[in-house]
Amino acid sequence: MSKRTPIRSRLLLFLAVLLLLAMFPPHAEAHLNSTGLGPVYDGLLHFLLSPEDLLPVLALARRAGQRGADYGRRAMFVLPIAWFLGGLAGLVTKASGSAALTCISFLLLGGLLAANARISLRATTILALLVGLIHGYLNGSGMGQPATGALALLGLVFAVFVLVAIAAAFVVQLRQPWTRIAVRVVGSWIAASGLLMLGWATRKG
Amino acid sequence: MSRSRSHIHIRSIALLLAVMFWSQSALAHPVKGQAVGFLTGFLHPISGLDHVLAMVAVGLWGAQLGAPAIWLLPVAFPIVMAFGGMLGLMGVPLPGTEIGIAASAIMLGALVMFEIRPPLIVAGLVVSFFAIFHGHAHGSELPPGQDALLFSIGFVIATGCLHAVGISIGLIHKWPWGQRALRMAGASVAIAGLFFMWKVFA
Repeated sequence: MSKRTPIRSRLLLFLAVLLLLAMFPPHAEAHLNSTGLGPVYDGLLHFLLSPEDLLPVLALARRAGQRGADYGRRAMFVLPIAWFLGGLAGLVTKASGSAALTCISFLLLGGLLAANARISLRATTILALLVGLIHGYLNGSGMGQPATGALALLGLVFAVFVLVAIAAAFVVQLRQPWTRIAVRVVGSWIAASGLLMLGWATRKG
Repeated sequence: MSRSRSHIHIRSIALLLAVMFWSQSALAHPVKGQAVGFLTGFLHPISGLDHVLAMVAVGLWGAQLGAPAIWLLPVAFPIVMAFGGMLGLMGVPLPGTEIGIAASAIMLGALVMFEIRPPLIVAGLVVSFFAIFHGHAHGSELPPGQDALLFSIGFVIATGCLHAVGISIGLIHKWPWGQRALRMAGASVAIAGLFFMWKVFA
């Protein structure tokens, strides 16, 4: 019997490991309703997988980052708190919100980001407050049981806090002119998506 | 077979096997057509040559004009195009849409070909004017039953990518041969525009 070369031995070992892994496939996730990790993580994942919430938050965080670190810090705290309060109000009242509100936040925040508008710290605070209350309310009114809903809201708010912190800090440290222009281009894309969504919402037929 | 080639061969097979085992979850029941919505939206602007040429020409012209037009035009175009798309979705009629699209290819191609440098506001208005026709055509053709948000995001990103392609090509403008090549590209877009116009009236 001939001696096996090192390459051949390694290949056989690799194939054996692969076959072993193939014998333990993960579950299919065709009907993914929850993470299976509890309501906090469900809320967190819900936010990260919902572009209607994710993009306005990104736009607001980048807008705040464009203006400086103070603005970023203010948005980082005001937005999650407002989101939580709006969510609690939505959980209690259970009144359904309008899709037009999402379109408006896309248009407004995307437009401000694209225009690099010089809004004051107070205006940024009010904007963060409004966006948090509206989106939180829409989230809260769509959640099920109040007990699990409040926990999901906590996870969601945590995700909002982390995302605002990362996105704002990312923009604050940008120095190259073209990178700041790229941020504005993204703003124009968000505003354009909002305009199209408005068209869809009022579509005939 | 040499030892190094054998290594590459074995690694390729191993990589292939690894990719095969790393299968993704089935998307048999996408919620409200989400998975389909983004892809359909992304493919929509790049499915028509008339749209592709006009949007790439916007990028080429921006690169020829330099800062600030190089970024102002790609910022203005998606917003105004989306406004046109919104009008199309709402059922607001816009006469001569196809003529406007063909004219945009002729005009933008000619602007690149002759390297015309109008004031920034005029360049913005020219691009915005034609963007409405492109947006309206897209808005009127959007398929029903798709996820509106993801469709819109895919649609806008694809448009932005086409501009980015035009700008990237346009970066050759800094060399003399590149300037000539860009003018030739502009002439090609204008000729294609004439063909689109002929098709409208044929």
